[in-house]
Amino acid sequence: MTTTVAAPWLLRAVRPLGGEPADLLLAGGRVAEVARAGGIAPTTAGVAGGNVLDADGLFALPGFVDLHTHLREPGREDAETVESGTRAAALGGYTTVFAMANTNPVADTAGVVEQVWRLGRSAGHCDVRPVGAVTVGLAGQRLAELGAMATSAAAVRVFSDDGHCVSDALLMRRALEYVKAFDGVIAQHAEEPRLTEGAQMNEGSCSARLGMTGWPAVAEEAIIARDALLAGHVGSRLHVCHVSTAGSVEIIRWAKAKGWRVSAEVTPHHLLLTDELAATYDPVYKVNPPLRTAEDVAALRAGLADGTIDAVATDHAPHAPQDKDTEWAAARPGMVGLQTALSVVIQTMVEPGLLDWAGVAERMSLAPARIGGLPDVPVDARSSMGVGAPANLTLFDPEARWVVDPAGLASRSRNTPYRGMTLPGQVHATFLAGRPTVLDGKIR
Amino acid sequence: MNRHLLSTADLRRDDALLVLDTAEQMARLSDRSVKKLPTLRGRTVVNLFFEDSTRTRTSFELAAKRLSADVINFSAKGSSVSKGESLKDTALTLEAMGADAVVIRHAASGAPHRLAGWVRGSVVNAGDGTHEHPTQALLDAFTIRRRLGTVEGLRVTIVGDVLHSRVARSNVWLLRTLGAHVTLVAPPTLLPHGVADWPVAVSYDLDAVLPGSDVVMMLRVQRERMLGAFFPTEREYSRRYGLDADRAATLPGHALVMHPGPMVRGMEIASEVADSARSTIVEQVANGVSVRMAVLYLLLGGAGADERKPDDQYGEVADR
Repeated sequence: MTTTVAAPWLLRAVRPLGGEPADLLLAGGRVAEVARAGGIAPTTAGVAGGNVLDADGLFALPGFVDLHTHLREPGREDAETVESGTRAAALGGYTTVFAMANTNPVADTAGVVEQVWRLGRSAGHCDVRPVGAVTVGLAGQRLAELGAMATSAAAVRVFSDDGHCVSDALLMRRALEYVKAFDGVIAQHAEEPRLTEGAQMNEGSCSARLGMTGWPAVAEEAIIARDALLAGHVGSRLHVCHVSTAGSVEIIRWAKAKGWRVSAEVTPHHLLLTDELAATYDPVYKVNPPLRTAEDVAALRAGLADGTIDAVATDHAPHAPQDKDTEWAAARPGMVGLQTALSVVIQTMVEPGLLDWAGVAERMSLAPARIGGLPDVPVDARSSMGVGAPANLTLFDPEARWVVDPAGLASRSRNTPYRGMTLPGQVHATFLAGRPTVLDGKIR
Repeated sequence: MNRHLLSTADLRRDDALLVLDTAEQMARLSDRSVKKLPTLRGRTVVNLFFEDSTRTRTSFELAAKRLSADVINFSAKGSSVSKGESLKDTALTLEAMGADAVVIRHAASGAPHRLAGWVRGSVVNAGDGTHEHPTQALLDAFTIRRRLGTVEGLRVTIVGDVLHSRVARSNVWLLRTLGAHVTLVAPPTLLPHGVADWPVAVSYDLDAVLPGSDVVMMLRVQRERMLGAFFPTEREYSRRYGLDADRAATLPGHALVMHPGPMVRGMEIASEVADSARSTIVEQVANGVSVRMAVLYLLLGGAGADERKPDDQYGEVADR
C-alpha cells in the first residue's frame, strides 16, 4: 500500500484479459486512459522517461487477491516473514494477500492484526489484510474480540481459525451471527476433528496400501454441510477454505442453489496433484486438507469452472527445512504456492478450456476481493481493465514455460511440490495502485 | 535384488524366491555346531530401533553375527534421539560411522523410505508404522513352503487387526506375488477403507472361511483398540474372531496356524491351538533368523558400500 500517489505509467500494447493489444495509462492509482495500441503518446500523457513498459505479448489481468496466505510473522520468521512472503506474492502477480491468523502470538487481538497490517504497509510489495482468529488462541473455546479487530486499523473482515476447525456447532453459529454486525465472514477450515485423529493423508486406496491413517472426505463434507445449514439458518456469510473433495463441491452447489450466502475457495495444488504422490513418503506432498484422488481433482476443476467454487486461494504455507526433512508423520502439513498459482491455474483450467481469461480474473482477483470485503472492487473483469478501475494489474507472458526451482523462489521456505516441473505462464510485472512492485520478473 | 528391502509390494517374484532359496541354505547352517559364515566380515550392520522390539532386533542381530558382520544396536531410548535429534541427523551420523546396512524399526510409516534417501548403505525395513514388515512376510512364506512344499495356489486366511497391521500388508503383497489366494477376515472396523482395491477376498465370518483354508495367520489385536471403538469388548472380539480349539477343528487336517507374535493367548488365539502340532509359531522365530541372514547376505554380499550413492534405490547388487 502506498501513501503517496504513484507517478504515471504507460503500458504499451498490452492485451487486457488476453484481448486486442491496447495502451493503458495508469495515473493517480487508477487506469486513467485506454486506447488501441500506439494510441497514447508518452509525451502527451505526461509520463516520465523511464515509466513506459513495452508490454507487447503480455496479457493483463486485475492484480490477484489471495484469501489464504500464511506469512508466519510473528512467531516463525525462520519460515517466512511479511517481507519475504509479500515479495513472493508480488512476484506471483498478487496485489493483496489475506494473512492467516495462526501466528505466534495468534492474531486474535487488535494488537496483533495491526502489527501484521503495519508490517505489510512498510514492506510495500502488496496489500496485507490480516485475518482474525475466530476463537481465542485458535482453541475453539471462546470467541476472540472480533469487533475490536474489525474496527482496528487493520479493518478485519475475514475471520478464521484456519489449521483448526471451529468444530463446536454452537460456537460456529454464534460466530456466523456475530460478524454480521460489521459484514464479516467466517472462513472455515472444514475438518471434523474426531474423524481425523492422527490423519496423515486422504483415506482411500493409497492410504490403505501405504499404511497411513486416513483423512476421510466425509470429515470435510460433514462440516461444510453443517455450516451451510447454519449460515442459511442465521442468514450469515460463510466462506469455505480449501475445498478438496467432489462431495464438498456438490454440497456447496446445493447450498448456493438454496440462495444461502456461501462462498468457497480451492487451492492450486488440489487442482493438480493427487494422493498417489504420498507413495514417495516425501512430506513435501503432505498438506491439510490432503491431496485427494483424480476424481476429486476433476470435480474441483468443474466446480471452479461453473462458479460453484468462487475463488482460487493458495494456502501458501511455508515451513522451515527441519519441519519437512523428516519422516512423513513428523512433518508439518503445507506447501508454498504464491509464485506458482497462476501457472497451475493456466495448466489446469485455461489450457483445458475450462476457464477463459476473464474467468481467471474473476476467480483469482475479483471474487476473492469481494469475499474479503475489499473496497472498490470492479463489477466485472471487463471493467477491471477500464478507465477508472484501480491500477492493480498483473502482466504475464502466457506462452512462457519455466522450470520450478525451489531455490529460485522468493519465499524463505522451499517446500514447493512442483520442484522440477515445467509450468506455463510467467509473471512479468505487477502494479499496485499504479506503482510497479515487480518489473521484468523482479521485485522493484 | 533392489539395494534396499523396504516393502514386499515392490519385491519381484524371482527376488522373493531368491531370498527363500538362500534362506534354505542358511537354515542348514543352523544345524551345524559352528553356526557362522565369514561372508560379511568387516561389514557393519546397524540395528536402528525406534520402537522396542526385542524379538525382531535379536533376530536381526543374530542373523548379522552369524554372517560375521559387526553389529551395532542403536536404540532410540537413552540416545541423542530421545533428546530431539531428527531421523535425518541420526541417519547422517550412522552414515559417517560407515554403516553398510541399517535395519530400521520406526513408528512412522515410510521412515525406511526416507532413510534410504539419506544414507549410502542398504536399508532393511524391520517394521514401519502400519505400513510393512517385509522380513516377517518372507519368514512366513518360508515357513509355509517348508511345511507344505509350496506357497503357490494355497488358500491363506489372515485374521484380525488388518487396519493397523504391517504384517498383514507385507503378507498380502508377498503371498499374492507367490501365487497364493488370500482372504482377510476381520470386523469391518479393522479393515482399511481402501481394502476393496487389494488383491484379496474379504470376509467378516471366520467360521465360513476356516474349512477352506490351508493356512490361517492370526494377527495380534491390541486391547487399546477397544478405546477407539473398533470393537466393543475383548470377549466379543474373541468370540467372533478368536481361534479357539472348536474353530481350529474345522480346518483341513494339513492346515497350518501361524502367528507373528507376540500373541495374546485367550484373545485372538487359544493356548491349545497355539501349542498344537499345526502351529508354526516357534518355527517362525527360528526361520526368522535364516530369512534375515539371507536378506543381509543378498543385500550386502556383493558390491562395496563405497561404490554406491544415496537416492539410487533400485541399483543392482552384483552377484556373489
